[in-house]
Amino acid sequence: MIKIRGLTKIYNGTPVLNGIDLDIEKGERIVIIGPSGTGKSTLLRCLNFLDTPDGGEIIFDDETIDVTKASPKDIQRLRLRTSFVFQNYALFANKTARENIAEGLYTVRKWGREEALNRADEILATIGLADKADAYPAALSGGQQQRVGIGRAMSVDTDLMLVDEPTSALDPEWVEEVLQLMKRVADQHRTMLIVTHEMSFAKDIADRVIFMEGGRIVEQGPPSKIFSAPEDDRTKAFLRKVLPSAS
Amino acid sequence: MRALDFEYMLGLVPVLLKYVPLTLGMASVSMALALALASLLAIIRVAGIPVLDGITRVFISFFRGTPLLVQLFLFYYGLPQLLPILTALDGVSAAIIGLTLHFAAYMAESIRAAILGVDRSQWEASKAIGMSMAQMMRRIILPQASRVAAPTLVNYFIDLIKGTSLAFTLGVTELMGAAQKEAAGSFLYFETFIVVAVFYWVIVEALSLFQQRLEGRLSKAFVR
Ligand SMILES: Nc1ncnc2c1ncn2[C@@H]1O[C@H](COP(=O)(O)OP(=O)(O)OP(=O)(O)O)[C@@H](O)[C@H]1O
Ligand SMILES: [Mg+2]
Repeated sequence: MIKIRGLTKIYNGTPVLNGIDLDIEKGERIVIIGPSGTGKSTLLRCLNFLDTPDGGEIIFDDETIDVTKASPKDIQRLRLRTSFVFQNYALFANKTARENIAEGLYTVRKWGREEALNRADEILATIGLADKADAYPAALSGGQQQRVGIGRAMSVDTDLMLVDEPTSALDPEWVEEVLQLMKRVADQHRTMLIVTHEMSFAKDIADRVIFMEGGRIVEQGPPSKIFSAPEDDRTKAFLRKVLPSAS
Repeated sequence: MRALDFEYMLGLVPVLLKYVPLTLGMASVSMALALALASLLAIIRVAGIPVLDGITRVFISFFRGTPLLVQLFLFYYGLPQLLPILTALDGVSAAIIGLTLHFAAYMAESIRAAILGVDRSQWEASKAIGMSMAQMMRRIILPQASRVAAPTLVNYFIDLIKGTSLAFTLGVTELMGAAQKEAAGSFLYFETFIVVAVFYWVIVEALSLFQQRLEGRLSKAFVR
């Protein structure tokens, strides 16, 4: 169980996260939706200290981290407990697809090189890119790069997988293959926190949907409730915009 | 105008050839040390490590702001007067130290610019998988920065090779020192120095061939 308590982030005097409280069950898939500039990415990035939060606690099982007192060791442990899928893929440009997946395993997690590369090949087969093992990111399509990005996050059994808009930087032609892969990952009983603007994908995979606005969690619940019977006016207004069909 | 003494020039080639290894050796050792030091200085500057950053700035400013010849004299003739242990320093070592510090100062700035040019996503992905600063630099950032910095660094290496000729002012008989001695014996200054010029030219041209291969290799990951 992961608990987030009173997480805040302030940019130039403006609060971007206004004290986020969130409990995440093991194996739970949570999708975060909300308008642009609401702090969705910031929330994910504060959980692994890509952005440094200004206040609050992050609790993994029995380990409580007061974010204002987090030491470099604490931050490193948080990062080992989480994996991150970036909107812009963020593959290592000087590493092949296989090395991108294996890098964290042998450099950070101290696996043997062979073992790590074998694991990478396994993952590449799973994501359908076995034939691109030796390709550098520059030679891959956006969709392929993001699949490697997801593969990199899948390669380790972390306590929490953070996924920030995995398809929104993609050309439309590649969106489907990445969503398909994300669905398969979601079926693996991993604990996931996913930000997306793909509402039907959210409906499909979420155990719980969180609607965020203005750095706050406005409303949350199972997708059936949030998408069909939202309570808050802000949620309704947002869904009207992104789900034109549901008037 | 008198005719050139080709026979003398031809005879000079094997004589000078013997000094090429020393010139190349001084240049390579200085380059390797300068690269290591420059990377370190660049990382200190990029990371903004409090006190070290200030020292590094002054270091870079001094070694870029003063002539190499002055620096070499300072190390070889000047410093031993203050620190008697340095009297044991021979000309070759003094030249290597001077060249290293001088070129490290220049190269640190190019490496720093190249590091800052590496896309933000590369830093973030490295951190997200839990890399330490050192791992991130060594495995992700510096390899990518080196591709950007390579052409400039090779230019500095060319400058450095030519800079080794100043070692003769410290009494080192390298390529230039040897030529100087030959000329003093033969009085054929033009013949001697045109031959030694061609020696440097050929070395630098050979390096340019290597440069193309190096740049090809460093760009391998970036061709589509
Ligand atoms: N490095 C930064 N410096 C200053 N302000 C920032 C920084 N990063 C984010 N912000 C601000 O924080 C707010 C939240 O940004 P964030 O990226 O978390 O929004 P988001 O909900 O992910 O939006 P989107 O759907 O567009 O990705 C925005 O107003 C943004 O301008
Ligand atoms: Mg975002």
